[in-house]
Amino acid sequence: MEYILMLIACVFVNNIILSQFLGICPFLGVSNKLGTALGMGVAVIFVMTLATLVTSLIHVYVLVPMGLEFLQTIAFILIIAALVQMVEIILKKSSPSLYQALGIFLPLITTNCAVLGVAIGVTQKFDITAGSYILDSVVYTVCSAIGFAVAICIFAGLREQLELVKVPKAMKGVPIALITAGILAMAFMGFANLVPAN
Amino acid sequence: MKKLKILTNGILKENPTFVLVLGMCPTLGVTTSAFNGLGMGVATMFVLILSNMLISLLKNFIPDRVRIPAFIVVIATFVSIVDLLIKGFVPSLGDSLGLFIPLIVVNCIVLGRAEAFASKNGVFDSILDGIGMGVGFTLSLTLIGAVREILGSGAIFGHAFLPASTNILVFVLAPGAFIVLGLLMALIRHIQQPK
Repeated sequence: MEYILMLIACVFVNNIILSQFLGICPFLGVSNKLGTALGMGVAVIFVMTLATLVTSLIHVYVLVPMGLEFLQTIAFILIIAALVQMVEIILKKSSPSLYQALGIFLPLITTNCAVLGVAIGVTQKFDITAGSYILDSVVYTVCSAIGFAVAICIFAGLREQLELVKVPKAMKGVPIALITAGILAMAFMGFANLVPAN
Repeated sequence: MKKLKILTNGILKENPTFVLVLGMCPTLGVTTSAFNGLGMGVATMFVLILSNMLISLLKNFIPDRVRIPAFIVVIATFVSIVDLLIKGFVPSLGDSLGLFIPLIVVNCIVLGRAEAFASKNGVFDSILDGIGMGVGFTLSLTLIGAVREILGSGAIFGHAFLPASTNILVFVLAPGAFIVLGLLMALIRHIQQPK
């Protein structure tokens, strides 16, 4: 039950893009077509889950016991970069069809602030001494990543429609996309208070 | 003359926020007030200048194939320094910027300048480029922060000058960030357009 509430909260109320502003670059960059947006969404769910699993394990069993929390930023970004590279190599060898679908998004994900943002965020959000720390972190990450995928897919659908509309010259491209995102964020604000704040 | 051009390049012609559209997450996330925008801009500028300097000094020693991870380590080091400095000396700013300070690591501007400029140019030019880009970024963030603060809370740098009844709350919330940035970007494009 707790995790269902978490899912609803992460997807609708505290959407990672529309209310926390993480992962704006891919949100604006690869949202021209619904198909590519869906591919990006799936790739982010995959990498983010894996990344938080590994970083929270490292955080609990290496950084905290050794008192090295100040190295968190460096350690996490290196882990994420290495992990993305490894996923790319493994996918290329083991599942060429999946690689074809997700491959081009993988390098982009290294510099996706959503991945690092959530990995660092969970270390502040959850109590590290609690036994369920790693499970909580991973579930929270999956929910946030689903929120990312939902938002980017809705936005891609809107942008496909925008292609057909006449827009003033200065507004073309990014500015009109940003304003559309603003209106979408306003719509998502309607979901506030859907889940009791914890 | 050429040096001046490098310096002003980042402020006007290749403004990171409005022209290159890089580093959108902090641009949208922290600009609820002019002061937060300024703080974020200065923190990023500090990282930009120092990482540009160190990378251009090290450019002949870093093998080409591992240059991106090497750049990331350099950048992450300076970001950690900034993070600890802000938490130590300006804890209130640290609280309001929160997660976005460690996220300077993945700010595309910093890695972008390291790859596009510092790895190909001399130390002095790279420092100038860092200053120019940093100032451009800081100015944009402060501008967005100021617009949102005036519209949303009727204040500028924390000094209220409008009655509370004229505040439009949505501008300090998430949707306002997207809308203000979109409108400012359109305005700047309109001004720069050749007539």
